[in-house]
Amino acid sequence: MPVDWKDYGARGLHDEMVTASGKPRPGAVKLARYLAALDAQELAARQAATELALKEAGITFTVYSEEGGSIDRAWPLDIVPRVMARSEWDRIEAGLKQRVRALNLFIDDLYHDQRIVKDRVFPADLLADSRNFRPQCVGVGPPLGVWAHVCGSDLVRDRDGTVYVLEDNLRVPSGVSYMLENRAVMKRVFPELFENHSILPVDDYPSQLFDTLAAVSPRPVGFPEVVVLTPGIYNSAYFEHAYLAQQMGCELVEGRDLVVGEDDRVYMRTIEGLARVDVIYRRIDDLFLDPEAFRADSTLGVPGLLRAWKAGHVALVNAPGAGVADDKVVYAFVPAMIRYYLGEEAILPNVPTYLCIDDAQRAHVLANLETMVVKPANESGGYGMLVGPASTKKEREEFARTIQADPRNFIGQPALTLSTVPTVVGDHFEPRHVDMRPFILSSDETLVTTGGLTRVALRKGSLVVNSSQGGGSKDTWIVDEEGR
Amino acid sequence: MLSRVAENLYWLGRYVERAENTARMVNVNANLLLDLPKGTTPEWQPLVAITGADGLYRERHGPGYDERTALRFLIAETTNPGSMLSSLSLARENARTIRDFIPREAWEQINEMYLHAKDNLASGLSKRGRYPYLKRVILGAQTLTGMLAGTMTNDAGYDFLRIGRNLERADMTIRLLDVRSASLLPDDPHALRPFENILWMSVLKSLTAYQMYRRKMQARVRRQDVLSFLFKDTDFPRAFLHCLSVVEHGLWRLPRNDVPLRATSRVQRTVQGAEVAAMSQAELHAFIDQLEIAIGHLSDEISRTYFLAQPLNQSQSQTETGVETA
Repeated sequence: MPVDWKDYGARGLHDEMVTASGKPRPGAVKLARYLAALDAQELAARQAATELALKEAGITFTVYSEEGGSIDRAWPLDIVPRVMARSEWDRIEAGLKQRVRALNLFIDDLYHDQRIVKDRVFPADLLADSRNFRPQCVGVGPPLGVWAHVCGSDLVRDRDGTVYVLEDNLRVPSGVSYMLENRAVMKRVFPELFENHSILPVDDYPSQLFDTLAAVSPRPVGFPEVVVLTPGIYNSAYFEHAYLAQQMGCELVEGRDLVVGEDDRVYMRTIEGLARVDVIYRRIDDLFLDPEAFRADSTLGVPGLLRAWKAGHVALVNAPGAGVADDKVVYAFVPAMIRYYLGEEAILPNVPTYLCIDDAQRAHVLANLETMVVKPANESGGYGMLVGPASTKKEREEFARTIQADPRNFIGQPALTLSTVPTVVGDHFEPRHVDMRPFILSSDETLVTTGGLTRVALRKGSLVVNSSQGGGSKDTWIVDEEGR
Repeated sequence: MLSRVAENLYWLGRYVERAENTARMVNVNANLLLDLPKGTTPEWQPLVAITGADGLYRERHGPGYDERTALRFLIAETTNPGSMLSSLSLARENARTIRDFIPREAWEQINEMYLHAKDNLASGLSKRGRYPYLKRVILGAQTLTGMLAGTMTNDAGYDFLRIGRNLERADMTIRLLDVRSASLLPDDPHALRPFENILWMSVLKSLTAYQMYRRKMQARVRRQDVLSFLFKDTDFPRAFLHCLSVVEHGLWRLPRNDVPLRATSRVQRTVQGAEVAAMSQAELHAFIDQLEIAIGHLSDEISRTYFLAQPLNQSQSQTETGVETA
């Protein structure tokens, strides 16, 4: 089944592997040739081997339902990698570092002098309405001035080839374990591809994460006690929590394993007694973190944790309150932040964003609902949004009323046509839309994963990449230009 | 080692053992009933009583103990926290959170045991399917024990697992003796004499102790000999004192073990000093009561020393900006 990439179906789309004329893009020449030569049987065999490898390694994601309890589903991985040339990636990496630096300065500013508000770059009423601003954190100075130590930014490429930042996840971004596992599985199934390409490695992440965490330890000890704090097995990202703890050689703890002493220090309960904890990589939302400071009904958190953090006796990663910048309205101001704090222009553009709180911009959104995506400011997981091109007239009318009732909570963006990557469908390839989530680590230095997690919408024409809604994933290759 | 992990391992050991013991009892009882004349024994009620769920049973099903209802209650009912299926489900939940601490195959084995038991309930509750169904649970638990012995690092976690398993086993052995010997007290001693032998044999068989008893005691099956064998034998794995010595051995290897070790020795001394063979029915019952309280106390001491103060198994939902993000 030799493939002619020209006719594989990506016409009118931006494909990551081949151009409109079917010519492989830089970095993907050998891969395109290799895939084109695979016959149907071999293709099916490789996809089956991949699925088996994932199953054997127990790589799952959890879907929780009321009736069925928690169900582990096999993680879907498509065998065709998403390839990006190193030269392009280098620019993106620089853009991400710049962005996260500005975001950390912004968060630190908001909890201290609020210069950016006083200088009227960021509107005061937006801050007043922010759902993720934590008054409890005002005046706190976390080590190195870093609030968002782990950031997952979602990138998309539009039809014209421009790469945009779609959003920044600064609370508890997940997915990095799948990036690592996808690579491990691909190496097992396609060893020959890795021999013939200069694919940059991704496996450093756990040790980089550990170093990032250890660097913010309040105690100057050689081996700070770093723990991963999980909400527990029913969380959809539990696999990742366990995975990262294991890879870093840390304890995986739940809230009830920890206790804050009279001395405002954090301890974990072990069979030997209490043991001091220095750094907590918490995968629990702010509001569940400490029933004394936030939601009193939280059973996931640790009473007094915020007190210990404010006293500087424990580091929390990410810092509480960092989510203030993880807001789709705040997002619209990131290019302005970069200018304000760094005196630079943003290397990576935002998707053009219309704030519904602004009368003129809201009018634009309401007049163009059919071609826009409208999102609530603080939801994640794709909830409560309107995808204009896929909506009915009635849905749009209802949504218009919702927007008018609470304009601060909505933004509108033109619906993009995400780029595609060849994806196995039965015994052949078809283009499917993808996005990409790199992870950025910040403490004493800023590090970016090599590439990131590529998510793919497995349904034809779909733009929904969420794993619970028929999304899959791909290995992401940053390739040193061929010939080098 | 985290207290929570230790606690999960301990309960994993207990729940798997509980499931196995329930399967054993039901199996032997079902066999036994075939040999007894109709109407001479209380049949299924004693089994429900052994598991300590008599009150719950009456509340749900009233005073009748027909085979169907009692079997379903003991094996399948999820509202009965002591049913075999509940025990397997709890074992699985405990194992799930500590998958990194037990060998992968062990987790798979636990998972498989639970799923098989759940998926084949209908045949397990039928007269013909019952024996292979229960046997599979017993074998499954034994396989798990073997796997863990053969592949799990003998660290503190393994000690907690063995301590849990053996406390549960010790507890079950004396419960079985309590209820069985009580139900063996016939109103008319002559009416049941021909069957007394096989009733005691059923006690031994439900613990797979029959062969070992014969070899060790070289006597026919008699009340006093069975009692002293199942209480005091130090070598048979399901005998009370043997179980306690495994607990003791495990505790020796753990930190901060003074209080739980003292509680263990107290229980051991009580049994060593008791003339169980000579006890009347009432004395035996009182003695077992006292032992059960002591075991509960020992379990509390272990819990107080090593585990979390709050109960396990709470959950709360929250969203994570996850792979689920649009």
